[in-house]
Amino acid sequence: MPLRVHVDVVSAEELIFSGEAEFAVFPGEAGELGIYPRHTPLLTRVKPGAIRLKIPDRNEYELVYVSGGILEVQPTLITLLADTAIRAKSLDEAEALKAKQQAEEAAKLQQTDVNYAAAEAELAKSIAQLQTIKKGRGGH
Amino acid sequence: MASGKEIRNKIKSVESTRKITKAMEMVAASKMRKAQDRMRAARPYGDKIRRVAGNLSHALTDYSHPFMEVRPEQKSVGLIVVTSDKGLCGGLNTNILRLALNRMKEWDAEGKKLQVTAIGSKGFSFMARAGATIVSHLSGSGLGDTPRMDKLIGPAKVQIDAYLNGEIDVLYIAYTRFINTMKQEPVIEQLLPLSGDLVGSTTANRWDYVYEPDAKSVIDDLLLRYVEAVLYQSVAENMASEQSARMVAMKSASDNAKNVIGELKLIYNKARQATITKELSEIVGGAAAV
Repeated sequence: MPLRVHVDVVSAEELIFSGEAEFAVFPGEAGELGIYPRHTPLLTRVKPGAIRLKIPDRNEYELVYVSGGILEVQPTLITLLADTAIRAKSLDEAEALKAKQQAEEAAKLQQTDVNYAAAEAELAKSIAQLQTIKKGRGGH
Repeated sequence: MASGKEIRNKIKSVESTRKITKAMEMVAASKMRKAQDRMRAARPYGDKIRRVAGNLSHALTDYSHPFMEVRPEQKSVGLIVVTSDKGLCGGLNTNILRLALNRMKEWDAEGKKLQVTAIGSKGFSFMARAGATIVSHLSGSGLGDTPRMDKLIGPAKVQIDAYLNGEIDVLYIAYTRFINTMKQEPVIEQLLPLSGDLVGSTTANRWDYVYEPDAKSVIDDLLLRYVEAVLYQSVAENMASEQSARMVAMKSASDNAKNVIGELKLIYNKARQATITKELSEIVGGAAAV
């Protein structure tokens, strides 16, 4: 029986693949990476593309698409931490800028000092409301 | 006592309110299931990335990432506040904001500067009214009912960059942890520098990874993803909490409405009977007079 290695492909949003494989090919940043069981520990980035996995007792390769990520190889375990979105520095910057702008636009009426008193009063009010509701609930 | 018509109108209006709260309860219940599934789906990634980062902290010797370093002096603080976009979910947002506010007061007393990232519009409007410095914000139109990693990257990056530039020395995240449908707990956790649990296990490994292209860039990427994964998980938990809290709140609102309707009906019937009795006695009285 050929050696096997456990392969997990996970993204932040879901578990994409988990199972045994005899051989796996990843789109590494420096080029295609073919990995057999008992590979030396390796940590690398993966480009967006297809992963090919040779599943035991199956002739065809299992294909899994990922939009990049980080690949960790251990002798008996391969983990691909897949990204859920295409990542690039420029794209990240744009997202950050957008989030900043959203904050600025929405906060035109902002005061300079942190007004704890007003904030606390506001919280106290809503807590009081909640308690009233709770008490009312008990009464019925 | 109110007239029969008035009470009837009141009953009608409470009934329509109850229909709405009932519908919202059912919507929240179905959304809650989905939100919980998503929360669970996010766990394997968090676990895996934690393990890889843990391996890394053992294997690694010659490169120390700023995320791992605790700065001796903590002069300014970053806070990511995760709240819901919509209200009507009981005390969920109130609880988390109260917790955050208490911490903010402590930091203020210690003379630490603060910058806030608000995820969810409730937290944003509260922080804006409180006058905190808000550096980035993600609101309803951006997120909806699904926690999406690609939307979270931006707001998080603002704080992470600030951390790397030394504008903030420590980064916290405040969110509501989902325990079960009836119980959610507001928590504030330290996001950066990475807390000790990563480096917690004692098994010292004598090996190191082969890095491609080089150790620094791979580790940078990995740790950034780790932070984002923690953030994503928090947002997913918060959403599950939100839907559960809303479901419970709407359920009790529906129950209350039901009770109110019952009481109003009783009053209505009493009033009706009173009128009938009055009319009868008038007739009898009239007949007796003849």
